[in-house]
Amino acid sequence: MTAVEFKHINKQFKNSAYPALNDVSVNIEEGEFVTILGSSGCGKTTMIKMINRLYEPDSGDILLFGKNIRDENPVELRRKIGYVIQQVGLFPHMTVADNIATIPKILKWDKLKIKEETDRMLRLVQLDPDEFRSRYPAQLSGDQQQRVGLARALIANPRIMLLDEPFGAIDAINREILQNELKSIHEKSKCTYLFVTHDIREALKLGTKVIIMNEGRILQYAAPDEIVKDPADDFVANLLKTADLKGGA
Amino acid sequence: MINDIIGYFQKSGSDYLSLLWGHISISLLSLLIAMAIAIPLGIMVYRSKIASVIAERGFGLLRIVPSLAVLIILIPIMGTGVLPSVTALTILAIPAILINTIQAFRNLSPAMLEAADGMGMSKTQSFFRVKLPLAFPLMFAGIRTAAIEIIASATLASYIGAGGLGDLIFTGLSLMRTSLLIIGGGSVAILSLLTGLILDLIYKRITRYQRA
Repeated sequence: MTAVEFKHINKQFKNSAYPALNDVSVNIEEGEFVTILGSSGCGKTTMIKMINRLYEPDSGDILLFGKNIRDENPVELRRKIGYVIQQVGLFPHMTVADNIATIPKILKWDKLKIKEETDRMLRLVQLDPDEFRSRYPAQLSGDQQQRVGLARALIANPRIMLLDEPFGAIDAINREILQNELKSIHEKSKCTYLFVTHDIREALKLGTKVIIMNEGRILQYAAPDEIVKDPADDFVANLLKTADLKGGA
Repeated sequence: MINDIIGYFQKSGSDYLSLLWGHISISLLSLLIAMAIAIPLGIMVYRSKIASVIAERGFGLLRIVPSLAVLIILIPIMGTGVLPSVTALTILAIPAILINTIQAFRNLSPAMLEAADGMGMSKTQSFFRVKLPLAFPLMFAGIRTAAIEIIASATLASYIGAGGLGDLIFTGLSLMRTSLLIIGGGSVAILSLLTGLILDLIYKRITRYQRA
């Protein structure tokens, strides 16, 4: 089944010289882990923020599991979509448990169920519930914060997860660990992931499919090994070369 | 002198308590009214730069007029007593709370607001669960400043018959009784310090989450 379908999406921001997205069309199948790779300003973040309607396209349609998202209430739509943003996404005035329970509380789940699910999510992201439940985000390290961010996005069991450079500010060692854990969490679920990154190695490592973008266009959408074997054009080929310079993909 | 002070408390202890209570209640009433005006006003105007500036400057101008002058100007309109005093003290207190409320909401991190939206919070939910709690510490700092200004200035209220610890000072002045001046002035000072201290403790408590 197609999870997300972009149909001729165009978007131009007012203060920008060229379009953020230029006639973007793509089909993303359910269960894929799609990494979206490109330099900053290439439109990759714009793409995922359109799926939860934080941005609206100028023209074109986006279908989520066959339904046009235009016909859905944006607030309701967002509660069904997991969303992880870079660094500062946690609410500093709420404890870890309250952060994770954000959506369940909005949806008015039963208190006991919230507690059980919160603990289950903490264990899923490798944090000891008894130790971390009542801490505040300021009392966590960067990678612990992002674990909580993941738990918060996963708790309502979304069919689709949007991740906007979630590991961008995390040191290399913990980044590696988090990547592996995220990959295994994905493999155990049927959830579709869209993961924005500007790190080529991260994109190739995590993605079951990779979207390579430049200047608002999709240059290539294929499995990582296909991209390495058969880059769509010079831009993609050059991109892979720079990755090799940094020490091999 | 010490004997005079002790003598006053022995003879007029209950008078003292009622003056102290008068002072506190006028101050508290003024502070609550100022909050009830400044906080909603700040929340209404913060999104617009122009509206914020007009609101801040408007109340800022009113505040430049010395409280004593405001009190006297209000006499022909409101007469004497508690009403004009509370009005003058409220005017004095509004700017600190208003400016801090506007700044608190302006300084909210856009990423935080986007996180709230992105999680699927409605406008009301995002206001009460994210914006207001995150803005509160800075608003509270404004309330603290206002509270201390009010307590100090409430001394003047007795000049137009609203009671409070100012009565001791004005009586002391007219009777040339230094002990009354010391009791009145000292009490106001202690009350200000104590209020500042208590509000600081509350501030520390509500911002606990910011410390690692």
